[in-house]
Amino acid sequence: MTERLFEGADWDFHTLQRITDACEEVALQDLGLDVYPNQIEVITAEQMLDAYSSVGMPLFYKHWSFGKHFAFHEASYRKGLMGLAYEIVINSSPCISYLMEENTATMQTLVIAHAAFGHNHFFKNNYLFKQWTDAEGILDYLDFAKNYVMQCEERYGRVEVERTLDAAHALMSHGIDRYPGKKKLDLREEEKRAGRRRQHEEEVFNDLWRTVPKGASKTRSAISLERRRKLLGLPQENLLYFLEKSAPRLAPWQRELLRIVRHIAQYFYPQSQTKVMNEGTATYVHYRIMTHLHQQGRITDGNFLEFLGSHTNVVFQPEFDDQRFSGFNPYALGFAMMQDIERIVTRPEDEDREWFPDIAGKNDVMGVLRDVWANYRDESFIGQFLSPKLMRHFRMFHLHDDPEERAGIRVDAIHDDRGFRRVRRELARQHDVGYIDANIEVVDVDLSGDRRLILHHRVIKGSQLNETDAKRVLQHLADLWTYDVALIEVDANDKVLREYVVSPRPIPAAVA
Amino acid sequence: MHIIDRRLNPGGKSLENRQRFLRRAKSLVQGAVKKTSQERDIKDVLEGGEVTIPLDGMHEPRFRREGGTRDMVLPGNKKFIEGDYLQRSGQGSAKDSGPGEGDSEDAFRFVLSRDEFVDLFLDDLELPDLAKRKMAQTETEGIQRAGYTTSGSPANISVSRTVRLALARRIALKRPRKEEIEELEAAIADCTDEDERLVLLDQLQKLKAKSKRIPFIDPLDIRYRRYEKAPRPVAQAVMFCLMDVSGSMSEHMKDLAKRFYMLLYVFLKRRYKHVEIVFIRHTDRAEEVDEQTFFYGPASGGTLVSSALQAMHEIVRERFNPSDWNIYAAEASDGDNSYSDGELTGLLLTEKILPVCQFFAYLEVGESGGSAFDLSDSSLWTLYERLRNGGAPLSMRKVSERSEIFPVFHDLFQRRETSQEKAAP
Repeated sequence: MTERLFEGADWDFHTLQRITDACEEVALQDLGLDVYPNQIEVITAEQMLDAYSSVGMPLFYKHWSFGKHFAFHEASYRKGLMGLAYEIVINSSPCISYLMEENTATMQTLVIAHAAFGHNHFFKNNYLFKQWTDAEGILDYLDFAKNYVMQCEERYGRVEVERTLDAAHALMSHGIDRYPGKKKLDLREEEKRAGRRRQHEEEVFNDLWRTVPKGASKTRSAISLERRRKLLGLPQENLLYFLEKSAPRLAPWQRELLRIVRHIAQYFYPQSQTKVMNEGTATYVHYRIMTHLHQQGRITDGNFLEFLGSHTNVVFQPEFDDQRFSGFNPYALGFAMMQDIERIVTRPEDEDREWFPDIAGKNDVMGVLRDVWANYRDESFIGQFLSPKLMRHFRMFHLHDDPEERAGIRVDAIHDDRGFRRVRRELARQHDVGYIDANIEVVDVDLSGDRRLILHHRVIKGSQLNETDAKRVLQHLADLWTYDVALIEVDANDKVLREYVVSPRPIPAAVA
Repeated sequence: MHIIDRRLNPGGKSLENRQRFLRRAKSLVQGAVKKTSQERDIKDVLEGGEVTIPLDGMHEPRFRREGGTRDMVLPGNKKFIEGDYLQRSGQGSAKDSGPGEGDSEDAFRFVLSRDEFVDLFLDDLELPDLAKRKMAQTETEGIQRAGYTTSGSPANISVSRTVRLALARRIALKRPRKEEIEELEAAIADCTDEDERLVLLDQLQKLKAKSKRIPFIDPLDIRYRRYEKAPRPVAQAVMFCLMDVSGSMSEHMKDLAKRFYMLLYVFLKRRYKHVEIVFIRHTDRAEEVDEQTFFYGPASGGTLVSSALQAMHEIVRERFNPSDWNIYAAEASDGDNSYSDGELTGLLLTEKILPVCQFFAYLEVGESGGSAFDLSDSSLWTLYERLRNGGAPLSMRKVSERSEIFPVFHDLFQRRETSQEKAAP
């Protein structure tokens, strides 16, 4: 008879240790997971709210918008509108999982299985994370960022720093390199480099250089348009990067702030592309571990029922006409797909053999899943592995809403033989970050004229930018660029749909 | 594997961010606070609470797409087949789930702590600039005991402490006690044996020498009481609530008055450590009463405002020396006063009351929705207005609705122009 991990709902630190050991055994031996070292931290509800407000990070620079989110979350939490997340897990090495002190022992077990093993494995093995994130360096980098922002506030004033950060935040979603080409971020090196750069600037600073006569500048026409665009690295979709490198009047510390915001945006970019997979993986892993522990008799039937209660809530998918519906629940879809893959691998039907010849009946569930977890993102994952059975299960259908169409919203495809592939393609596309975000690029700078910065928004399916917001973001952009900024919305045929021109606000006299 | 207990980490990490947010949203929050305070009981208001502010000023813009043709995959198809059309706005059709979730964020509620709330509530209010203003900010030095010291003036010798130390020293150094010496002397007197007598005499001599060497009280033992100067705030205030409870005052009017007094109380409480309240109610004679009686006690009769002023004057003379106290008075009345009393009232005010007051507010309360109110000024109003035009530092307002209380209060205590720039961002 194996020993129970705990009795009832209470836990202490010994219990947590036993739980972790038990989960680890299942995770490593039975599921063959490969994880970063774990660090588990117990925190209070307030601390959880706090972490929640600063994008889940334990240390972050100070900014009012985190205070806003805190106030917002706190209010809805107090009113009971929102339950707190049971856990927050950080993609770092060691992988840090936050547990709330209010959780029962069962919940702690669930959370440890979910975060410390599920998410952890995904972070360590998925190609996007491998490509883009630096788990070893992130915490040090955030620490650096926090201190750097603080120093800037002391030196240049809080208002100034806030202005720059506000602008950077507004452009954050367009501060990402979408395609790997450069080498992976090494944040620790990055931090050292920033330090060296500053030191170098201070060391070589010599006021005399200002007075050195400059040679006659080349005539502007000498630089051809092509060459100019090339020098500026245009077209450029990473607006923050472009500003950091090319904005003419930014102070060095402002460039560094843009850089920090850009690096953080980049760090979170893989997470936004893998919501379904990441949650699906974690949920699948916790489900396997909990079931295993229950079968071994290490948790009681009562505890297991409690677990099932929470689990069912998490993977609940309301239907489209339900009050609670707000799109696909990544937990529900992800978990269902992982389980479906398990079914296809072990008990395939004819349909599955036809749709998934590579994995159907392969019998090595964990081998297949580990491979999937490593090599896909939401879009490609859904595009490859959403099975007809699951589409039938969720009764998926595809709507096409054309405002021109008088008759209403057309049902384009449903879960039948004719519709499977179209539904699947459409759902995959909905999870493609590159497709969801507006496609905005810097295309040119009028260097010979008024230095106007020209951006293009490629309009897809007639979906233009929200005007109020666009103007505000462009205002921030113009303030950083310090010359006019023009955004032109063009459709696929290069037809101009709308044009915005924004001038920078005068810089207050206070700026030194 | 590490398991770390972070619960004991210093909390309030978000405090800084929260304050930044409040600072940024200050004008918005202030507006919201005022609005909230009009809708609720003052007592509740001052407990802090939830306010709703428009998110517009706090909006964080992002590029986001909207409109155009939309495609979506939804779960839960029950009856549709390919090629069906769904009514656009009817129920059963897909609700808007396109991009642009930011739309729902046009206002949000959050909870302010009591302090945050009251701060914002009273933020741009200030005590009127009057004579004792300066004194209200400074503190006098008081004196308080602070242990013992080895030097000082003879007047401050602490006898008990000195004796205690002396005793300790005598015991420690084994100074012979008086009884011992007396005993020895008696033994010598009784002694018949010469040799033994010499031995005893020798002993006695030693003891006497020792007690001379070790004095009963040594300068080392002496301790003085030490006094220290400590700042003592003179900032103390007394608030006089004068209310007319004659038959003409309705419950509604009393309620208005009460709200005003409460605001004043809270406001003063912010500025001073000690605020006393004196409740004086009057009909044709005045008496000092407790709060309960003040607001709810049944009393009725004619009206003589001067009686209340007289009572206040006496209380000030007895208990609140104007050089030590900041004195505030608020009078609430429906404005009726007996005709003959006018002159006496005016005299009392100008000669006795106003010179000692920091601030004297007159609040004329009227019936809810009372429009007759504006037709002619009451006798008291006319009187006070005359005084004010003559230069007396009186503030006066008329109020007939609950929601007006705060604006009126705000109006009375509005920060004066000099400090206004400071408040502006």
